[in-house]
Parts: sequence; structure tokens; C-alpha cells
Amino acid sequence: MPLRPLVVCAIIAFTAGLVVASFAGFREFLPGLLEGALVTVEITIGGSILAVVMAFVAAIAKMYGPRPVRWLAVTYIEVFRGTSALVQLFWLFFVLPHFGILLEPLTVAILTLGLNVGAYGAEVVRGAISSVHRGQWEAATALNMSRMRALRRIIVPQAVVRMIPPWGNLFIELLKATSLVSLITISDLAFKAQQMNQTTFRTIEIFSIVLVFYLAIASVITVAMRTLEDRAARGMARGRT
Amino acid sequence: MNAPDTPPPAEPMVRFDSVTKRYGALTVLDSLDLDVAAGEKVAIIGPSGSGKTTVLRMLMTLERINDGVIWVEGEPLTHVKRNGDLVPADERHLRRVRGKIGMVFQHFNLFPHMTALKNCMEAPCTVLKMPKKQAEARAAELLAMVGLGDKLQHFPSQLSGGQQQRVAIARALAMRPKIMLFDEVTSALDPELVGEVLNVIRKLGAEHDLTMLMVTHQMGFAKEFADRVCFFFGGKICEEGPPEQLFGAPENERTRQFLSAVLEAT
Amino acid sequence: MIWDWEYTWEILPVLAKASIVTVEATVLGFALAATLGLLLAILRMSKSGWIAIPTAGFIEFIRSTPLLIQIFFVFFVFPEFGVTLSAMTAGVLAIGLHYGTYCSEVYRAGLGNIPRGQWEASTALNLSGYHTFRDVIIPQAIPPVVPALGNYLVALFKETPLLSAIAVLELMQTAKILGSENFRYTEPITLVGVFFLVFSLITAAGIRQVERWLGRRGGS
Repeated sequence: MPLRPLVVCAIIAFTAGLVVASFAGFREFLPGLLEGALVTVEITIGGSILAVVMAFVAAIAKMYGPRPVRWLAVTYIEVFRGTSALVQLFWLFFVLPHFGILLEPLTVAILTLGLNVGAYGAEVVRGAISSVHRGQWEAATALNMSRMRALRRIIVPQAVVRMIPPWGNLFIELLKATSLVSLITISDLAFKAQQMNQTTFRTIEIFSIVLVFYLAIASVITVAMRTLEDRAARGMARGRT
Repeated sequence: MNAPDTPPPAEPMVRFDSVTKRYGALTVLDSLDLDVAAGEKVAIIGPSGSGKTTVLRMLMTLERINDGVIWVEGEPLTHVKRNGDLVPADERHLRRVRGKIGMVFQHFNLFPHMTALKNCMEAPCTVLKMPKKQAEARAAELLAMVGLGDKLQHFPSQLSGGQQQRVAIARALAMRPKIMLFDEVTSALDPELVGEVLNVIRKLGAEHDLTMLMVTHQMGFAKEFADRVCFFFGGKICEEGPPEQLFGAPENERTRQFLSAVLEAT
Repeated sequence: MIWDWEYTWEILPVLAKASIVTVEATVLGFALAATLGLLLAILRMSKSGWIAIPTAGFIEFIRSTPLLIQIFFVFFVFPEFGVTLSAMTAGVLAIGLHYGTYCSEVYRAGLGNIPRGQWEASTALNLSGYHTFRDVIIPQAIPPVVPALGNYLVALFKETPLLSAIAVLELMQTAKILGSENFRYTEPITLVGVFFLVFSLITAAGIRQVERWLGRRGGS
């Protein structure tokens, strides 16, 4: 990496950040936007937990389940990957009430995003489990472990390390998808931004701050994932086998 | 101007002037001085890591030098004269002088998505701005010269290693260089294909007035073909001289060791 | 299941017309993304740090922030400079830019896979940077990445409903309008969902075919 341009650009970015922060508008908009950001983070965390659970369930069902269960998992994965998050959000928000199911918008948001990202996550989980060296399975069988036990104690812990970088990307995708909930009237960061924009029309200021907010949350996710990866890989020699 | 019967100027075609090349802490070429006369054929031999390939790569401007100057035909290659001083050359100058040099690589580096003919036409058309018909005729001529006149429309993947290398030679010649560099051009070939490539090089030497530098492990060929052999060791020329002398009666102990090790392997 | 077939047949033609707008937005958006992506990838490879680093920063910034916000930004910012863009234009611009950064990563991988020898042979033949890229590098870099680009085409297509947020009359927006007019959302939104699902399943199969076809032709 050429050093001088990197340093200069970093300095420019930092100064730009300071300038943005010193907008009189910044202090004006900050409380409202922070409220929205809190909702965004809430949905991100809730959705992420659901996504991980769904991904594991679907992946294991698809790989090791009996035929009908496998079919169910494949349908779930294909449907939620074949349609976009917004379509799913609108469907669950507008259509479910017709079937008598009334849910809070926040619940709909977390449910939809969790199911959506979970479908993509299932592929990540499947890939990681498949990538664990076959010898591990053979050793577990030789020790007379049941399939489920081998999976739980030997395979999955090793698969988890390889999963973390792609999951990091998926969590960031989920974060970006939370902006969609603003379209079903949830007061997240995107909603607040649009609201303030419609009243004050100070588009550039508001949206610049908002974009930086998202970038900040994304960076937190990236750092968290990297720490998690290091923690999970402790003791294991990493690299190709 | 010179009178017609005076000998041509004795300026070397290529001159390395105290050239040094470092990769981090590793010095690959140490204050190298090397002169190559016009039309001379120089074989460069030596153990791996001795800097021999680096010499060619720097001449072809694939690597930058750390110290010293390289001269080509009396003109600095790596530097430009500005107000009487030599400053590192910019891309424009490099492109100008680079046109005098051509290179054939160990792994051919043919363009896989072009036929043999197109490979040889590409640079003359886009760099020398040669009209397409003319470039095509010349390419066909050169490919015929290297014995591939019937393989014009073949893609590299359809040719054997020896054939690919011969196309690579034709491709380099299409640019009419004055200096040809050969970087271990037979090392990646199956043994039975080596001969056809060496024959082409022999033919080149006999029929054209090219200055040739070749890094090679083919000692027999070097002995018969080269005007001068340079033995490199540790980034410097350990010994150099006409092949009969270097191969027949090496003066330096290291040279002797290297030659006996090489002969053992063959 | 409570499903009104009569209503369905009624709204199908309306949705069919709207699907044309969706396809239009997809094609224009992807055309922009594919070209911009190549340009960004080449800029990012620049030997000059002054070009490469801001480009990388720009790509990361766009990739890591929500497309919806970017759509709003483009739609509302331009009028402040006196240029009023139609919703469709703003939407296509934003989507093309966003997916352009994804495509640039794909191109970057493709360009990075070109063996160094190709660059060196081009230097040895004294080809200019422009000709090196145009005649040697890009023809070799693009075919292997076509499947990946295809995936982003499908992804872009599925994200066109976001344009409903700035009232572009594509499928989702039309479905919402139909739903609110007739107080029945089930049929329109389900139909839209089915449309996207069927289309993406077909294109996914198509891309697999392309991959197989490419694998048989090229590849070492």
C-alpha cells in the first residue's frame, strides 16, 4: 500500500468527518437520528439471532433430514432467496392480517429479515460443514459416536470458524436491509432520515450523517466478527489442509 | 559523419553501468558492469539466485533498478538526460527505448485468446501502427520462418510447448527489435521439443544481425552458439570469456564447481 | 385459502404492464452497473495511490450502506443543484451505482486471476496500457466472471421493488396501489412474489447452464 496517499486520504476523511460533525444541523438532527439508530440496531440484533438459528436448522435439515423435512428446508431456502426482502416484508405486513394473524410491525420486521438472511445463511452453514475434512467424520465413527453427537461436538465447532467471515458479510447485508422497514412505518434510522428530510429538506446533511451512521455500525460488526474469529480459532492451526 | 571505410563506432549495444538491484534486504545484482557489442551473442549461466534472469528483466524494463544506469545503443534506458543530469526515466521514455528490445519468456506467455497469427500481429498493429494487411503478411512470414506456416489459425492451447515457444519467438521478432532476450526458453519444455526451439534460435543467429542475450542451462548449445559466456554468481559476473575457454579451462573454482555439477545432472 | 380468482384475473393485465417498467429498470440499472464496475475496477488497480485509494474508499462506502438511503439521496439531492431527475432516472442511477460497486469486486477478482506473464509479455511487446487492457487482459478476464455478474443481475432485479419508495410505477408500487384501492393486498403482493420467484429460479438455472457451457469451452 503506497503510504503517502493513504495517509493523506485518511486525514482528508477525518477532517471531513469533523466538518460534518460541526454542522449546526448535526446537533439538531442527532437526537432524532440516534433514536432511529437504536431501533435499527435492535432489529439487526434480533434478525441476526433468528437468521443464525434458521440457517443451522435449515442446513442440517437439508443435509441430514428425512425426505419430507429436507424438502421443507429446500422450499424455505428457495422461496426466501428467490424473492427480495422488501417483497417478503410487504407480504408479511399486508397479507398476514387477511389470514387473521396480527403482528406488531417490529415483530414482522425481525421475523422477515431473520428468515430472509437465514435462507442465505443456510448455504454458508452447509458449505462450512461440508468443508470440514472427511477424516474428522471417520475418526468420530471409529470412536463409535452417533451422527448427531459427532456433528455437535466435532464437526460444527470446526465449521464455525470457517463460517465467521461469510456470516460477517450476511450481518452487514441484514443491517442494510433494516432500512427497508422504514417503508412499513417503523421508526428506524432510515425512517427518521426521510421524515426529517421531508420537513427540512436539508438532504445532504441528513443523509450524509445517516450514511456515516450505517458505516459505523457496519464497522462495529466487522470488528466484532474479526475478534470472534480469533477467539474461535484459538488452538487451531489455520490454513488449508 | 564517418567515412564509408572507417570501422563502425565501438560503442556497446548494451551497457550495464554499476547496476544494483535489491529486493528488500536481498541484493540480487551487485554493482554489475556488463558490455554487449552489437551483433554479439552472449550466454548467461549460473546457479539459481545468481541474478541472471534479473539482468534480462531489467533490460526489458520489467523491473526497476536501484543503482547505476543501463545504456542501450549509446542512450540511457533507465534514465533520461535532463539539463545534463541523469534522472529516472518516465514511462514515455521507457516506451521509446523499449521498442529496440524483444523478449522470449520461459513460460511463453502467449495470448491464449488469440491465434498464432493474431499473437504476432497484435503489437505491430497497435504499437507500430502497421496497416493490418502488412502486419498479417509479416506475421505469416515470421511464423513460416520458425516452421509454423501451417499453424497460423491455431490457438496456443492447440500447440505443443515447442510450437508455442516458436510462436513466441516470431511474436517478439515481429516488432523488429535490435536486441533479443531469451529467458531460459527451453527450461519448461519436454526434452524432445527442446531441439526445435534451439534450431530456430540458431537460424536467427545466422540469418539476422541481432544482439542476443540468453539465460540458459543448455551448456552444449551455449558452447556452440555463443560468442561469449558469462558465469554469474552472487549477483556478480564471476567469470566470462569465449565458450571454449570458459567451458574448456575455467579459471575460477566456483565456475569449475558449477560446471561439474551441471555435467553430472545431464 | 381465501383467494379471489376473479380479482386476480382483473389485476393481472395491470401487473403485466408494470412488469415492463421493472424489466426496464433492471436492464438500464445493470447496464450502468456492469460498465461502471469495470471502470471502478480498473481505477482501483491504478499504480497511483492518489487514484486507487479514494476509489477503494468510495467502493467500500457505497457497498456498506443501504441502497434505500442511496436512492433517497440521489432523488432528493439533485434538485438542490437545480437538476430535477425523474424518479425512474434517479432510481436507475442509484441502483446502477450501488451494484456497480459489487460488479467492480467481481471484475477485480477476474482481473487478478490473469497470470502475470500476460502483463509482462504485453510490456515486452511495448503495448500501451490501453491496448494491454483492451486486447489482452479484458478479453481473458470477462468470460470467467460472467456467472458472478449474472448473479448480481438477478439480485438487482429482485431489488427493483425498492424503487417503489420513490413512487416508480414498477411491480411493487403497482401492487400496493391496487391493494389500497381494492382493500385486498393478498392477491397483488402474492402475484408479485410469485413472479419474482419464478423469474429468479429460471435465471438461476440459466446461469448454471452458462457456467457449464463456459467450463466446456475455455478453462485449462
